[in-house]
Amino acid sequence: MNKILLVIKREYLSRVQKKSFIVMTILGPVLMAALFIVPVYLSQLSDEIKQVNILDETGWFINKFEDSDRFIFNYVYNDLETAKSELMAKKGYALVYIPRPSVSVPANAMIFSEKQVGIDLKGYIRGVMEKEVENQKLGAEIIREIRKTNPTYAIHGTDSLTGAHVVSEEILKNIKTSIKLTSIRMGESGEEKKSYAEVSMVVGLFAGILIYFFIFLFGSQVMRGVIEEKVSRIVEVIVSSVKPFQLMMGKIVGVALVGLTQFLLWVVLTLAIVSVFKATMPEAFNQAGKVEAFDAGTRIPTSANSAINYEEVEDADSLSRVIEALMSIDYGIMIFSFIFFFLGGYLLYGAMFAAIGAAVDNETDTQQFMMPVTVPLILAIVVAQFVLNNPEGPIAFWFSIIPFTSPIIMMVRIPFGVPYWELALSMVLLTVFFIAAVWMAGRIYRTGILMYGKKVSWSELGKWLFYKG
Amino acid sequence: MNFFSVKNITKRYAAHTALSNVSIEVPPQSIFGLLGPNGAGKTSLIRIINQITAPDEGEVFFGSEKLAPYHVEKIGYLPEERGLYKKMKVGEQALYLARLKGVSKADAMKRLKYWFEKFEIQAWWNKKVEELSKGMQQKVQFIVTIIHEPSLLIFDEPFSGFDPINVNLLKDEILNLRKNGATIIFSTHNMASVEELCDDIALINNSQKILDGRVKEIKKRYKTNTWSIDFDGYSGMVSEILPPGFSLVNEHTEDELRQIVVTLPGGASQNDLLWALMPRINIHTFKEVIPTMNEIFIKTVNASGRNNINQ
Repeated sequence: MNKILLVIKREYLSRVQKKSFIVMTILGPVLMAALFIVPVYLSQLSDEIKQVNILDETGWFINKFEDSDRFIFNYVYNDLETAKSELMAKKGYALVYIPRPSVSVPANAMIFSEKQVGIDLKGYIRGVMEKEVENQKLGAEIIREIRKTNPTYAIHGTDSLTGAHVVSEEILKNIKTSIKLTSIRMGESGEEKKSYAEVSMVVGLFAGILIYFFIFLFGSQVMRGVIEEKVSRIVEVIVSSVKPFQLMMGKIVGVALVGLTQFLLWVVLTLAIVSVFKATMPEAFNQAGKVEAFDAGTRIPTSANSAINYEEVEDADSLSRVIEALMSIDYGIMIFSFIFFFLGGYLLYGAMFAAIGAAVDNETDTQQFMMPVTVPLILAIVVAQFVLNNPEGPIAFWFSIIPFTSPIIMMVRIPFGVPYWELALSMVLLTVFFIAAVWMAGRIYRTGILMYGKKVSWSELGKWLFYKG
Repeated sequence: MNFFSVKNITKRYAAHTALSNVSIEVPPQSIFGLLGPNGAGKTSLIRIINQITAPDEGEVFFGSEKLAPYHVEKIGYLPEERGLYKKMKVGEQALYLARLKGVSKADAMKRLKYWFEKFEIQAWWNKKVEELSKGMQQKVQFIVTIIHEPSLLIFDEPFSGFDPINVNLLKDEILNLRKNGATIIFSTHNMASVEELCDDIALINNSQKILDGRVKEIKKRYKTNTWSIDFDGYSGMVSEILPPGFSLVNEHTEDELRQIVVTLPGGASQNDLLWALMPRINIHTFKEVIPTMNEIFIKTVNASGRNNINQ
């Protein structure tokens, strides 16, 4: 056991010290951050002044939206259908429709447009609406609070109030508002379809692709490591000290830790880059992102924050929403599943890659064995698109149950919500399969690493499974 | 009680049998030559001793104990095909390999320092293996083989890749190890070094042991009552002055001296040969021809059939 730890340590350290690892670790977050930042930044650059119509059934927001050098707000007072056709006829940029709330305060709005609306507009509208609703709620809360402590108190003005005293955290929690913003695109013929910019899709696809990428990247690192040991002939020295199975598992686990390290560093560095960018260009994000109601020191701790609001978050456009949505999902089933399916999928494929590495003499010989192993992975990525469109359908179901594709497809499905029994079934099957794969790989590995100068066939590999120790 | 013994080992692979019913006995504190043509099964046997593979039949004993996993820490193995991690630093790598053999970090550092100084490679501690010459890599490999102070050492062609100076350095170290109590199994095709170093040998061919015993005894066993004579003072045909039954195996002339090699018939003694020759020639040297290990190797292997020799 002690020896397997030594192997893990060597495999781990020798990889994280490599230049390529360091470069990847830095480059990855830069690219990912750019993915978030560039669209925000670009949307700031458009110079055209766009006309936005506001149809406010609540009346709360009349004249609250202020014209800027990019948007001119126009308030309309007809019904929705007329407003929409007017928008189409006059080539306006977008129509913001704020329906009368069924219960209490306004909580949602719809943006109709011909083209996909920019995130800056959405962010601005959301920001203004939330701020307004929060202000109204704050007023109501303060009055209620004061009446509670002093029922006879008559309001003469707000000057006698000391905000710090009255505005408790609880109040802040109560007034915290999240506006649900749905963007709907209208075709030429007038039909409407919901735009696909939803967090669940982005998150699901992103997680699926990340797993695909990690399995390939680190699986082939295992394979190359095995080939390297074989080619440099050190393997015979090592297996005279440790069991081949220990060496193989040490390598697989060591590389898995490298993968997890890289993943965590990416997350941390991406967040760091984004927040630095946010700090240096606050105006871009305050418009695009969510406008904070209380910027000056009264911000509620994010944990409390996330618990309340993120259920409602639906669209993925604004940077901070994406990150916050990501964060909120990460703490739940998502992060657990990601780690489980990454490790499970990686172990399943990593073991197969290790066996391939052991069976060949050099990397060019790996082709014949690589093909069947990589096909399911590639298939999973292809299928992922269908799954996005129909996350509940039979394709999605079967591909997320079958272990060879489940790590990717299940990750794509999870943000849409997957029944627990399906998740459990998929995880159990994956576990069974990776144990079987590791066992089989161990048998092939043990024979293969000491076999040189021989073109190995599939039937040969089959025989190796049954050789005696 | 022998230090190490292999009893009736059989190992089969799908297509062929690598070892069939092979037994060897290695006395303590000796150098044991494991010989045989390529493909005879030496490597299979060495791998079984190292517990890299398991035999199909038979047993291996380490002293009185049956070979068990913890014995790997008492065995040092220098494989014929050797290698190190090319991208890893020399010192780091030596430390890793030592620790895999169960040496504590502090002990490993101390011993490595000693050996690196002894072999004058301490300046290479922080270099990557790929920057080292082949000879230096071999030295590093030798050090990591013996760093855990094993009581059984297995050297498979230890001298390949070394220059004569380093071969001597290594020979001295091997003899030193034996002096300090280690038992050594030595596999090589270099018969000269077998004669120089080995106390006992076993010869394996076609998966079977065909010869074993003490080197001195084997050589005695293979003597053919053949004698070599350097002489002058006679220029005629040598066969004319040999008694009947004595056969001339070889003759050649060097400077003024002629040399002949004569095999005696059964029952005849060297004195019979001397009696016959002395009246005709001036003898300068007279000595028995003792077969070299090389000759014994070739003779025995040929006799037992050499299907695999050119594999």
